[in-house]
Amino acid sequence: MTLNMGPQHPATHGVLRVVLELDGEIVVKAYPVIGYLHTGIEKTAEAKHYHKVVPLTDRMDYLAPMSNNLGYCLAVEKLLDCEIPPKAQWARVCLAELTRINSHLVWLGTHALDIGAMSMALYAFREREHILGIYELVSGQRMMSSYFRIGGLMKDLPKNFNEEVQKVIDLIPSRIREYEDLLTENRIFRNRTIGVGKLTKEDAMTYSLTGPMIRGCGIPYDLRKAIPYSSYDKFDFEIPTREEGDVFARYQVRVEEMYQSLRITQQAIDGMPEGDFRANVPGVVLPPKDKVLTEMEALIFHFKIITEGFHPPEGEVYVGIESPKGEIGYYIVSDGSPNPYRMRVRPPSFINLAALPKMCEGGYVADVIANIGSVDIVLGEVDR
Amino acid sequence: MSINREAEKFVEENFSADILEKSDFRDELTFIVKEDRIVDILKFMKEDEKFAYNFLTDLTATDWPERDKRHELAYMLFSFKDNTRIRFKIRVKEGHKIQTATVLWESANWMEREVFDLFGVIFEGHPDLTKILTADDLEGHPLQKDYSLTYEIPHFSHNKDLPPEVI
Repeated sequence: MTLNMGPQHPATHGVLRVVLELDGEIVVKAYPVIGYLHTGIEKTAEAKHYHKVVPLTDRMDYLAPMSNNLGYCLAVEKLLDCEIPPKAQWARVCLAELTRINSHLVWLGTHALDIGAMSMALYAFREREHILGIYELVSGQRMMSSYFRIGGLMKDLPKNFNEEVQKVIDLIPSRIREYEDLLTENRIFRNRTIGVGKLTKEDAMTYSLTGPMIRGCGIPYDLRKAIPYSSYDKFDFEIPTREEGDVFARYQVRVEEMYQSLRITQQAIDGMPEGDFRANVPGVVLPPKDKVLTEMEALIFHFKIITEGFHPPEGEVYVGIESPKGEIGYYIVSDGSPNPYRMRVRPPSFINLAALPKMCEGGYVADVIANIGSVDIVLGEVDR
Repeated sequence: MSINREAEKFVEENFSADILEKSDFRDELTFIVKEDRIVDILKFMKEDEKFAYNFLTDLTATDWPERDKRHELAYMLFSFKDNTRIRFKIRVKEGHKIQTATVLWESANWMEREVFDLFGVIFEGHPDLTKILTADDLEGHPLQKDYSLTYEIPHFSHNKDLPPEVI
């Protein structure tokens, strides 16, 4: 029998449809159907100046907007070959790691909800509020912050930034331990996840899995260590891996990652350097607002950057960063005009989702829910 | 990110007849190769034990409508041995069929479907070359440069028949 799962199923956060061919309650074939949320961001980016693409990137993986901003900004900065001041780099690392916790909390809540732990979703969203509070503190926005800009940050960090982040760092570990008490030894949760959706190392390689999916298969692939960007090489952290490759292993990897992210965030605010929050590259980075209002030069530069954009050299770059879901990569082709000639996003959720049939086939219908949850997809990014 | 110079020499020695162009803009190594040889080259790079570029990071395309071979496909490989990337590109005429890379990596399946859907590049031997992102009734390939970006005017009762405006 053929069964359409989704798009209204609570397990498919958004608009995924999975066509299942069933034999009794065994899944013979699973066929994900996507594209219901296709927004054409890559096409839209070709009609915009480089600066104006940043808000578009927020809207892809809307649970980890800062990671998307970071990847895009790094790609354009690489194209321009401009140096970013250390303070901006540290702030980026700090916020990118908070973003990772933010994304993993939503994942944990919804994944546990799929399996039947109702209260987990409420708890996880409660803790996420604190991180959204930090977003609001720095950028004025709770979700689509667009805080990272080409050349640095939108504006300087507020004075009470370190204290507020410290409060979050002090609060969250005890709460994560609470979740572990709820889930890790929970018999229902263990039965629903251990041995489900198993993937081997070879599967991980052939399906190009990244992020917690590949680390749950025992391959310690993390771009923060492999190709360090934005000063990650100056931070001390570990890459959690598990050998089993099942849903439970991916759960463990993500929970451990949250602890590691807190470690990095602590180091980032302890060692936050002094200095400028954006690079001094006239003609690319917008001049400070107070100067725009008082100096003619700055006003002219500001006007020119907004209306004409800047002209990067011809060429193409690819930058991949470790987002909460996996490797998000930006491939930008420039033809010397102020708009990107081609902006390609390598979407981690999209590529990880392709392994869903492999995980589901031969298992039970109920395990499909657990598998979809463990991939950690955000359909905004799958469909772009 | 650094370039693995040994790998660069290795490719140049083994595939000297197939390489059309080489560039290393911003420390990224790119080879443009003959379009019919791409799968053989990828297979060689994947199975070579010394460099082991066995991870297909991404497969995408760029459209240059004014060129004779308008589609430029890029295959980005990654090696776990020394954490370096290498990019192979091919240029394809419209309608010219390209061998599929799904024989080497399962992940190429969806990536190629996306390139087919948004650019119209046809991959020969692909197990399921169907649309993936765009609507079933949409004609054309949106990421081609001559597919114009349109703006949908908000419709009210007095203008409900207006077609979308081209930007």
